[in-house]
Amino acid sequence: MEFLGLVNYALFTAIFIAIYALLALGLNIQWGFAGLFNAGIAGFFAVGAYTSAILTTPVDDGRLGGFDLPFVFGWIGAMLAAALVAWPIGKICLRFRSDYLAIASIGVAEIIRLVIKSEEVLTNGARGINAIPRPAGDIGYTESQIAYLVIVLAVLIAAYVLVERQFNAPWGRMMRAIRDNEDAAKAIGKDVEFRRLEAFIFGSALMGLGGALFAHFNRSITPEAIDPMVATFLVWIMLILGGSGNNRGAILGAAVVWIIWSVSEIATDRLPHEYAIQAKYIRLFLIGLMLQLVLRFRPEGLLPEPLRGDLRGSRRTTKSGTDPD
Amino acid sequence: MELFELLNFYVIPGIVLGSIYALGAVGITLIFAILRYAHLAHGDLATFGAFVALACVTGMGIPPLAALPIAILVTAAIAVGIDKVFYEHLRDRPKIVTVMASLGIALMLRSVVQVVWGVDTQTYSRGIVRPEDYFGLRIRDRELYTVAALIFLVGGLQLFLTRSKWGKAMRAMSDNPNLALLSGIDNRKVVMLTWVIAGGLCAASGFFLGYNTEIKSMMGWHMLLPMFAAAILGGVGRVEGAVLGGLIVGIAEELSVLVIPSEYKAAMAFAILLFMLLVRPTGLLKGKVL
Repeated sequence: MEFLGLVNYALFTAIFIAIYALLALGLNIQWGFAGLFNAGIAGFFAVGAYTSAILTTPVDDGRLGGFDLPFVFGWIGAMLAAALVAWPIGKICLRFRSDYLAIASIGVAEIIRLVIKSEEVLTNGARGINAIPRPAGDIGYTESQIAYLVIVLAVLIAAYVLVERQFNAPWGRMMRAIRDNEDAAKAIGKDVEFRRLEAFIFGSALMGLGGALFAHFNRSITPEAIDPMVATFLVWIMLILGGSGNNRGAILGAAVVWIIWSVSEIATDRLPHEYAIQAKYIRLFLIGLMLQLVLRFRPEGLLPEPLRGDLRGSRRTTKSGTDPD
Repeated sequence: MELFELLNFYVIPGIVLGSIYALGAVGITLIFAILRYAHLAHGDLATFGAFVALACVTGMGIPPLAALPIAILVTAAIAVGIDKVFYEHLRDRPKIVTVMASLGIALMLRSVVQVVWGVDTQTYSRGIVRPEDYFGLRIRDRELYTVAALIFLVGGLQLFLTRSKWGKAMRAMSDNPNLALLSGIDNRKVVMLTWVIAGGLCAASGFFLGYNTEIKSMMGWHMLLPMFAAAILGGVGRVEGAVLGGLIVGIAEELSVLVIPSEYKAAMAFAILLFMLLVRPTGLLKGKVL
C-alpha cells in the first residue's frame, strides 16, 4: 500500500513536471530566443484550459457548449485560442521595448481572470467546469495516471523536437540575431516586429496547450485552480534556473523547481497549523529570492544556451543577454 | 441623472482614486525615464508603505496622518535598499533583466507583508465617516487630504526638479544619460535620489488608498496596471503628465461603471494603456518612448 502511494505520488509529480516543462518551453520561445517578457503566462494557460474544457465536455445547459469533441480537438482549440489572445497584444506591444509587453501581459492575465470569474455563460463562474474527460481516464487509478503520463510525455517530446528543430533552423538563427542585435537584424532586412509576433504567438500557443493538459489531468478547472502570480513566477524561475535559450535547460529547470516547490510544501505541511499559512508565504518569498540569486550568480542557468554555428567549440566571451539594450 | 449625483458618486471618487494613482504613477514615470526600466514591484512597494503606516497607527497609537511621514521615510529607505541589494548589480545587463528582478521583488515584498501582517483586510480607523456638504458636493475630510497631499507632494517635487541642482541632474539623466555622465553628474546619487522620491511617493499612494478604502495585501498589485496606464497616458518622464494621467484613469474607472458591468472596472486602465500605445505612445504630454 505504501509502495503504491509512492508510485502514485511519483506519477503525479512527473505529470506536473511535464506540464510545467511545456510552459517553460513556450516561455523559452518567447524569452530565450526572442527576448520577449511575458508576465501573463497564467492567462494563456487559463485560456487553453477553459477552451479545451468547453470543447470536450458533454453538453451543459448552464453555459456555452460543451461540444463533446474528442480531446485532440480540445487541445488544438486550446492552442488556437491562446494564439488568438496573444495576437492583438503582440501586434500592439511588440513595436516597443519589452517593458511594454511585460505590463500589457500582466494586464491581459488580469482581464482573463476577470472574464473567467464573471462570465458564467462561458466558464460557469466560480463553480468552474467539471467532468472534463481525461484520455484513458476510465481504467484503474494508477493505470490511468501512467497512461496520462505517457500521453503528456509524448506531447512534451513532440513539442521539444519541433522547437529544437526550429531553433537550429535558419528561423532560430534569425530570432537570436534579432534578440542580440535588433538594429543589425533590421539592417539586413529582417521584419523584426513580425518575427517577434511569431515567437510570441508560438510560445503562447504552447502555454495554452499546457493549460489544456492541466485541465484534462485535473478533470476540472475553476478560477481558483491556479494562482496566477505563483504559476507565472514558477515558470519564469524554471526557465531562468534551467537556462534560458536552452530547451533541455527549460525542461530540467521545470523538474528541479517543481521538486523543490513540492518538497517545500511537504515540509511546511508538517508545521503546526498556526504557522501553516505563514509558511506558505515564506515559500513564496524564498522562490522570489531564488530568482534574484540566479540572476546574480548564475544568469546563464544550469544548462547555458548552446553555442551554435561558427562559435561552436570556442567559448563565447559574452554571455547571452549581457550586451546593453 | 442629476449633475450633483454624477459629481458626488462618480467624479469625486474618481478624482480621489486618480490622485492615489497619480502619486504612484509619478514614481513609475521617474524610474522609467531616469533608470529606464518598468518597475513592476511598484504596487507592492505601495502596499508595504500602507502597512508600515498601519504598524505605526496600531503600535504607537498615533493618528493615521501622523503615520504618513514615517511610512514615507521607511519606504524610501527600503526602496533605496532594494536597489542597492537587488538592482544595482544588474545595471550593465539589459534593462529587461531588471524588470524581471522587479517582478521577483514584487512577490517578495508581498509575501513579507503577508507573513508579518497577515492576509486579512484591515483599516486605519474604525467607524463610518459621514461626508461634509459643500454647496451640494459631498466630500469627506480624508478625500480632501488625499488631493491636498497630491498637490503638496508633486508641487514640491516639481520645485525640486526645476530649481535645485540635484533635480536638474535628474532631469539631465532622463534627457540624455551619456551627456549627463560626461558633464560630471554622479550617477549613483541620481539613482539613489530617484528611489527616495519614488519610494516615498509610493508609500503615500498606498497609504491614501488604505486611508480611503481598506488595507489589503493584494491592493498594490491591483494598482500596478492603472499606475502604468497613467504614466504612459501622461507621457513617460513627465511628472505633470503622470498626475494628469492618474486623474484621467481614476475618473475613467469610476465613470466606466455607468456603461460596463462593474466587474470590469479594472479593465478600463488596460483599455487606456492599449489605446495609448496604439494611437499615441508618447502620451498626452509628449513623453519618451523607450
